[in-house]
Amino acid sequence: METNQSAPAHKVAPSLILAEFESAHDVVHAAEKVRDAGYVNWDAHTPFPVHGLDKAMGLRDSRLGWIVITCALTGLTGAFVMMHWMNGVDYPTIVGDKPGGAPGTLPSMVPIMFELTILLSAFGAVIGMLFLNRLPRHNHSVFESERFRSASDHRFFISIEAEDPKFDVDRTRVLLEGAHASHVEVVEEEAS
Amino acid sequence: MAYWEPIVELGEAPLVRPGSTLREVTDDIARVTENRAPRGWWICFFVALSFAGVFGLCVCYLFYRGVGVWGNTAPVYWAWDITNFVWWVGIGHAGTLISAILFIFRQKWRTAINRFAEAMTIFAVICALIFPGIHVGRVWLLYYVFPIPNQMTLWPNFKSPLLWDVFAVGTYFTVSLLFWYTGLIPDLATLRDRSMTKWRQRIYGFFALGWRGSNRHWQNYERAYLILAAISTPLVLSVHSVVSMDFATSVIPGWHTTIFPPYFVAGAIFSGFAMVETVLLIARTVFKLHRVVLMRHLELMNKFLLLTSLLVGYAYSMEFFIAWYSGNQYEMAHFLVNRPTGPYWWAWVWMVGCNVVVPQLYWSKRMRTSIPVMFVVSILINIGMWFERFVIIVSSLNRDFLPSSWGLFRPTIIDVGTFTGTIGVFFTLFLLFMRWLPMVAMAEVKGTLPQADPHHKAKGEKHHDAVVDEQPPPQAALVPEGAE
Repeated sequence: METNQSAPAHKVAPSLILAEFESAHDVVHAAEKVRDAGYVNWDAHTPFPVHGLDKAMGLRDSRLGWIVITCALTGLTGAFVMMHWMNGVDYPTIVGDKPGGAPGTLPSMVPIMFELTILLSAFGAVIGMLFLNRLPRHNHSVFESERFRSASDHRFFISIEAEDPKFDVDRTRVLLEGAHASHVEVVEEEAS
Repeated sequence: MAYWEPIVELGEAPLVRPGSTLREVTDDIARVTENRAPRGWWICFFVALSFAGVFGLCVCYLFYRGVGVWGNTAPVYWAWDITNFVWWVGIGHAGTLISAILFIFRQKWRTAINRFAEAMTIFAVICALIFPGIHVGRVWLLYYVFPIPNQMTLWPNFKSPLLWDVFAVGTYFTVSLLFWYTGLIPDLATLRDRSMTKWRQRIYGFFALGWRGSNRHWQNYERAYLILAAISTPLVLSVHSVVSMDFATSVIPGWHTTIFPPYFVAGAIFSGFAMVETVLLIARTVFKLHRVVLMRHLELMNKFLLLTSLLVGYAYSMEFFIAWYSGNQYEMAHFLVNRPTGPYWWAWVWMVGCNVVVPQLYWSKRMRTSIPVMFVVSILINIGMWFERFVIIVSSLNRDFLPSSWGLFRPTIIDVGTFTGTIGVFFTLFLLFMRWLPMVAMAEVKGTLPQADPHHKAKGEKHHDAVVDEQPPPQAALVPEGAE
């Protein structure tokens, strides 16, 4: 097993341990072991979502739904308030003998209320997802590893960060090697 | 039974050729953006770009002279512009159907074509949005349609279906774009990680947002994708319903029908699937994607075309029946006399011929699985669906309530140039997309492979299967389908 050796002039410290696996099966079982060993600051990296990995990692359900429902209700009420105020209060317009605002024109408000519900939900889903994932984030220790390039192609990885209270370079490495990792490397970063 | 295993009893085949590895999927799809463009791409691109140029000239002339450069005149004030608008929006619908509705129904075969279809949605909706935009005449006053304060302190009329349309199509475009981009993020990361040059790495890396395939991210990502699919499903059904209300809420015979919303949605999906197929067949041949886009996918699409053709045919006959059954003389005059025997009878024949008669070929398996047949049929359906909108719009308007105000619509050269020009715009955008972005959703295709199943390895010998993964693909897998 090798380590990323930087120029000796720089002071380096391990920032995470990266274990490579050859199959979805291996990474799921390794994740179970890491979870049971009690690690907190760790992650699995896969080229596609592997089913069962959430459970193997002991993750709680995504909270995204709450963000989206909030956006959806904002869109729904916002659309209603906008139309009622514009056509019924600020500048009442009577079209087809119907008054401008609610409740008389509620049926004609349905399409736009629906569309704005959808529009804000979509923004909520995408921006909320990026927010929960703390993305965009273009710098990350895993990118220091050359081998990590295959994480978006055909290999599966588990990374355990040095910040984890249980992190210990040797013991963590033994754990991952025992979990059928095909390659384990210590990613080092310049200590700031 | 694992989800990736075909149900043999139902005659199902594997989704991806057996023995395909994760790496092959990446290579097959990503190399299209990395290698030099094949000559076929350049030919298509220059043809498309020329038409896009014609479009640019026509629009400049339109802005300079006004809407009078088109053939629109009394009583036909809506003609090709709105026909083209409805046609393009309809084409977009198949993309959302494939990406969202088939996702919710867990139709895994969609992974071969969904990225493609989503891109098609976006470019088709761009083409669609152009038409009402330039039809308003004074394009610099287009902001009147938005609820923003203006110098007249006047707000838009929210009771107008035309304004519903602004919101529906605008939302549709935005949501489609978000959905498409969300799907692209992991694949952009793949391109970033494969990139050999610094610029590729920077540009793809920028748009990949630093995606690192983290499972904590995938969890939120998959939820976001599911939610987007779930909200796009009612959205896509609503958009063409709202488009149809532009017509259905008026009192014009031929427009004032309650069947319009479902009829328009069925027609939209029909024409959209046909366009997906046309474009897919070109891309499959030019970029040799026979390993990912299988005959099975094409055959399924043809079955879908047959189904939607029957729905559209039902709507046509129901319009006839209701016109007769209503006993309304204007309705009867329009549907029973003017459409099939009036001055635009030939458009009506094209519509029925291409949309109802021709797709009946697909009852035969030989026709469903023949590439030349499906290419021709998909183009005929696109033509037929354009004529459907032409028949609905122009033949309903040309014979007014008073025979004294009857008139005919004749397209001008600018009409023709603008319409064919948007086809050029569409294909220009599409060819750029095929060249620079992964046109098949790599991450999703990988998820349908047997290797994606965590239980897959448990069956075979552990750690020895991995070696098999590295072997070069068997030569047989490279033989294009249909060449056998």
